[in-house]
Amino acid sequence: MTAVPALAVEDLSVEFRTRSGVVKALEGVNFAVGKGETLAIVGESGSGKSVTAYALMGILDPAGRVTAGRAVLGALDLISASPSQLADVRGREIAMIFQNPRTALNPIRPVGRQIADVLIRHGNVPRAEAPARSIDLLRAVGITDPARRAKAYPFEMSGGMCQRVMIAIALAARPALLIADEPTTGLDVTTQAVIMDIIAELAGESGMATIFITHDLALAGQRADRVVVMHAGHVVENASTRELIAHPSHPYTAELIAATPDSAPSLDALASIPGSLPDLRRTDLPPCRYSERCPRKVERCDAPLPRPALADRFVACWNPL
Amino acid sequence: MTPLLDVAELSKRFPVAASGGALKQVRRLLTRTADEQSQVHAVDDVSFTIAKGETVGLVGESGCGKSTLVRALARLLDPTAGSIRFSARDLSLVAARDFAHDRDRGRVQMVFQDAGESINPRFTAFDAIADPVRRLKHLSGAALVETVDKAARQCGLPLELLGRYPHQLSGGQRARVGIARAIAVEPELLVLDEPTAALDVSVQVVILKLLARLKAELGMSYLFVSHDLSVVRLLCNRVLVMYLGKIVEAGPARAVFDNPLHPYTKALVAAVPRLDGNGVAKLRLSGEPMSPIDPDPNVCRFYGRCPRGADLCRAKMPALRRAAAGREVACHFA
Amino acid sequence: MTALAGTIRHARYVIGENPVTGLAFALFVLIVLVALVGPYVVPIDPLASDTVEALKSPSLRHWFGTDQLGRDIFSRVVVATRLDFGVAVWSVVLVFVMGGLAGVAAGFFGGWIDRIVGRIADTIMAFPLFVLAMGIVAALGNTVTNIVIATAIVNFPLYARVARAEANVRREAGFVEAARLSGNGDVRILSFQILPNVFPILVVQMSLTMGYAILNAAGLSFIGLGVRPPTPEWGIMVAEGAAFMVSGEWWIAFFPGLALMVAVFCFNLLGDGLRDIVDPRRRT
Repeated sequence: MTAVPALAVEDLSVEFRTRSGVVKALEGVNFAVGKGETLAIVGESGSGKSVTAYALMGILDPAGRVTAGRAVLGALDLISASPSQLADVRGREIAMIFQNPRTALNPIRPVGRQIADVLIRHGNVPRAEAPARSIDLLRAVGITDPARRAKAYPFEMSGGMCQRVMIAIALAARPALLIADEPTTGLDVTTQAVIMDIIAELAGESGMATIFITHDLALAGQRADRVVVMHAGHVVENASTRELIAHPSHPYTAELIAATPDSAPSLDALASIPGSLPDLRRTDLPPCRYSERCPRKVERCDAPLPRPALADRFVACWNPL
Repeated sequence: MTPLLDVAELSKRFPVAASGGALKQVRRLLTRTADEQSQVHAVDDVSFTIAKGETVGLVGESGCGKSTLVRALARLLDPTAGSIRFSARDLSLVAARDFAHDRDRGRVQMVFQDAGESINPRFTAFDAIADPVRRLKHLSGAALVETVDKAARQCGLPLELLGRYPHQLSGGQRARVGIARAIAVEPELLVLDEPTAALDVSVQVVILKLLARLKAELGMSYLFVSHDLSVVRLLCNRVLVMYLGKIVEAGPARAVFDNPLHPYTKALVAAVPRLDGNGVAKLRLSGEPMSPIDPDPNVCRFYGRCPRGADLCRAKMPALRRAAAGREVACHFA
Repeated sequence: MTALAGTIRHARYVIGENPVTGLAFALFVLIVLVALVGPYVVPIDPLASDTVEALKSPSLRHWFGTDQLGRDIFSRVVVATRLDFGVAVWSVVLVFVMGGLAGVAAGFFGGWIDRIVGRIADTIMAFPLFVLAMGIVAALGNTVTNIVIATAIVNFPLYARVARAEANVRREAGFVEAARLSGNGDVRILSFQILPNVFPILVVQMSLTMGYAILNAAGLSFIGLGVRPPTPEWGIMVAEGAAFMVSGEWWIAFFPGLALMVAVFCFNLLGDGLRDIVDPRRRT
């Protein structure tokens, strides 16, 4: 990576305090996204991918705390920023879209107004011009008859349309970075394709960097330039998409690929991943959280993992494939 | 050979509340008769068969009527028209409300998408699996326990977990409870409504393999509803593609996905993300599906969204006709 | 872990977490004890008049003082607990059964059952509730039983509505569909699937209604309907004591009023605590 990345996350660690113990949800997470690049964060449930996104946006659950790390966006460290700095930056420099579009939109406010809110607050658009600009944005995300739809409420629109509205809101102020948390889970595959097309197109036009979070490796394989694989709160592999799919280094990545239906010619060829996630509340977690279920474990695996580097390719493993 | 399930011209329509202000409604009330009330055509004139031991996939986007169709088949809903012949007996003649007491209730069972929601939160895993066995097989005591244990073992569910409540089980374990409950009464037809949609990819593999094994062991037929084409390709012998209440294509799973005939199926297959990322296909559907309320019976349901839109498509509804060996498609131009 | 054990453990956590909830539970237990045991352990007969001792302020002999007929107010307050608490409990049980079952049937079956229950509820709600209670007691006769009935009727719409909403939501739930597939008919589904899930929500409502029921009974007695003197009942005692407030004998109305307040307060706080225990979303 020669150019300055749009976002550089260094050593991010997050903990959650729960009734049954402290959950070490993230540990030492490192990755970077370049300008105009599309990065996919892939992992199963419990891998910490959504926690990462929420920590970056500063919207972690109150029980969660960032215990270490930085996330540098432009000149600002998102982790140590003050609430008012964050409020300025959210929407203008960094925006997020969520999994369930209907719950992320205000149910009692017409969608056109919700877009206009962002334009006025972050886009430096005069109040009088905002409605017209909202309609333009709705058109840009492929909503037909945008003038009429701008007055509609979220419950009057389908899931796919709500997701498009959310994209319009997120991109209204032309942020430098878009985080999309499972943006198409729950949508039909045809709608998913259209939504991902829209994101890619708009990102391409403005040079926006995109991080999208998904459990669908095939989706990542098709849309991302680079993939970060997460397991139990650790980044286990970080590589360009083609490299990762064709030549995975980390055993977990290889297992994930083998478990993806698209990769297999028949049901017998599909393989499930052995073992299960370790309990993140344990105080005796091994340095490599995959080691207890890894078939390639060697003695060296009890030692602390190699330090992640923001190089072109990284794998957190002493015995990679 | 009589197929296990023979669905003929099945339709399900729901009356829909009219929209508009009070004055409009009153005017409508005064000028229209009851028969002219607006209807949502959820399932429209659907016919297909499932042979013994066959796995048939049912795919389509949300709102296409797959959920309504399978619920009618499982006799949770009453169809508006058509017949559902199960081993030559027409089940649609028994009302859904009364079917719970029917002698054939145990021959058709269902596995739900959200296993957690389909188990009463106050029931243990044992209670959940035992319920159909008690009601349909009339077993109790030791025989009951033995049957439940056997179903659990077949599904790879450790017997110690039987005393747990749904919220104490993982997603994969809950899915297994749902499957164990469905197979405990040894049904001949198992309807699976997106059984792995809510599961992690690794757990999905385990459940899919389990389903394949159970089918081989117990000789069941499956109707597998899913929006995940990659999974349907792996598990199903044949596939039915549904769009807005109608079947638009049918045929062997591999053939349909490798060489789709209907424009909708083509778009569907083109939209599935590929691991090898081989080119983001340019075949994209624009707009939204047309309204399922009172659709024009002469217009093809896909008209307007189809890349091809000839006058014929607007004048005559294409029928599901044979295209090649074992394949059917409902399009004038396929 | 069985459901009951889990519930008890969660209950202990909730009670421990919030001291106010713990206090409410403790107070509730105290009230129940007083209601059960009180009449047997009061020092002085609550009905015994002693005109020599009349209108004495609180002292070591008469902790709450005496009223105009020389009766010991403390004993009367304690004995009245049983009556008032009894009225509260019975009203709530009656409305739970009536309103709960009607509401569940309306929500589950819909159709004409729903319409009839809805109209009955609407009719009741058309009246100012206390006036309606007054009317019912006046029509049926001045007895404690009728106070219970009146209170139950007046609360019917609330329970019916809550029960109906819960049943309506659950009617479409996955586990209800699964129960149908398992060969359960409507009646079994209502009994084993729907009711056990609706019941806990109504229980919370019950604790809140108890406070209202006591106030209702007291209010009716205050205006002369319901309980007749010399039966000790908090409402009557407040009514009788009200006249003496002006002349300075504050204790006659104060202590029964205090008892009323504490009881209602306790039931409301109890409702909060119960809701925390019952609501599955609060559990880990």
